Amino acid sequence: MSPNKIRLVRFLVILGVVLLWEFYARVFATSSLSAAPSQVLAELWPKVLGEPRVRAAIGVTLIELIVAFVMSVVFGMLIGVLIGMTDIGRRSFYPVVLLLYGIPQAILLPLFVLIFGLGPASKIAFGFSHGIFPVIVNTIAGMRNVNPLLLRGAAAMGATRFEQLRYVMFPHMVTAVFTGLRLAMTLTLLGVLLAELFVSQGGIGFFTLLYAETFNPASLIALILTLALLAIVLNELVRMVEARFSRWKE
Amino acid sequence: MIANDNLIIRTIQVGLFVALFGAWYFATRSGAAPLKLFLPAPELVWREMGVLLRSGQLWSALYVTITSIIKAYIIAVVVGIAVGFVVARSRTLVHMFEPVLSGMFAVPLTMFFPLFVLFFGIGPDSKVAYGATYAFFPIALNTIAAFSNVDDLYLRASRAMGASSWQQFRYVYMPAALPVTLTGMRIGFFICIASVLGGETLAATAGVGRATALAAELMETARLYAWIAFVVCMSVMLNLLALAVETRSERE
Repeated sequence: MSPNKIRLVRFLVILGVVLLWEFYARVFATSSLSAAPSQVLAELWPKVLGEPRVRAAIGVTLIELIVAFVMSVVFGMLIGVLIGMTDIGRRSFYPVVLLLYGIPQAILLPLFVLIFGLGPASKIAFGFSHGIFPVIVNTIAGMRNVNPLLLRGAAAMGATRFEQLRYVMFPHMVTAVFTGLRLAMTLTLLGVLLAELFVSQGGIGFFTLLYAETFNPASLIALILTLALLAIVLNELVRMVEARFSRWKE
Repeated sequence: MIANDNLIIRTIQVGLFVALFGAWYFATRSGAAPLKLFLPAPELVWREMGVLLRSGQLWSALYVTITSIIKAYIIAVVVGIAVGFVVARSRTLVHMFEPVLSGMFAVPLTMFFPLFVLFFGIGPDSKVAYGATYAFFPIALNTIAAFSNVDDLYLRASRAMGASSWQQFRYVYMPAALPVTLTGMRIGFFICIASVLGGETLAATAGVGRATALAAELMETARLYAWIAFVVCMSVMLNLLALAVETRSERE
């Protein structure tokens, strides 16, 4: 099949699922537990996105996400470079990082709220603790992948430690680091949303809880779909930046 | 030289943990008031761990959590491998469904957790469904990748030598696809644990996650740390187990 035909069939499959959902929701389902796609769309505006408090909540969540992500990237790369710079450092601390990465962090969520409070700080901290590990791990992995010959060559030609990092290490680390950044974006969002759902004063967690507890599935699904769309846009953004930084390879 | 290196590395690692525990111990000794609120003394945590162990609270909570994890994981593996295998049968199906599945996996499914609670109730069922859904994606995606990348040459060769469909599946597809499928199953396993625990922390009536959240809500920090310590021990053991399984399957 040609790519266009495949795209068409894919679209039809998705359309079919949506229609089935509509049929199911209208004929069988209890209206307090599930909503048809048409009802969700009708709810999207003005009830959900038209409500200024919901828009503000989405804004707050976005800011939490961005702050947590930027912190993960900055500190993650810094720690990753520090650990990966020397052989001894990598071999002593890398297993420790992997061990910490393996802990299901959801269990720490109540502790984060206890320490950082109910406001945005606990969401940022929890998102950060999710996002920093893939950045560290992939930075270290990226540094290992650099051909030592190139580093020795640069050193022989008189490059300082910093110049070696800047002109040899960094360009070669791009692929691995961006794999880490994409993962970090997904995980930071996961962390922020988990913390939002756990306890929230004005973020989107407050509204998802409100809609779920008042059995208003149409609004709930509308809000969730908006966030899903945001998540996809953010992922694509990271992918675009990655394409920009990988250009030198072509 | 290498033995010497290993000694240095072990010393650094042990030193790190000793320093961490030392800092914890002396921080609680100094007795600053706000610190005491969320940093109980190590011996209090230790005593609380003993209380949880002896009173049976640990076992009843673990029982709920572990049965949820096992149920969710079995569902995810069976459905994930079945879907992955069926999709991987034809290139057209792969092109049609692979982008849809990986696109859905990129969206944090956590957002849908309130829907799971709405559909399946606040009991363990919603955590099972949530964990199974989350773990389904990596397993299905890896199974698709594994079965659709089997070298055509092997398939044609086995066909030419007269292999039946079953023999082809057993002796060509299975060995070729196993490593990538296993990777998917491992990722799925850890996602399953994390999402069941996360779900329990958010909304549940029982389980380790619920117990942790409850301890925090009641400001029983020693108990909170005790629960966290148990989960950390559990995850370290599981990681070591996964590592052992992996090195063993690599050797074969």
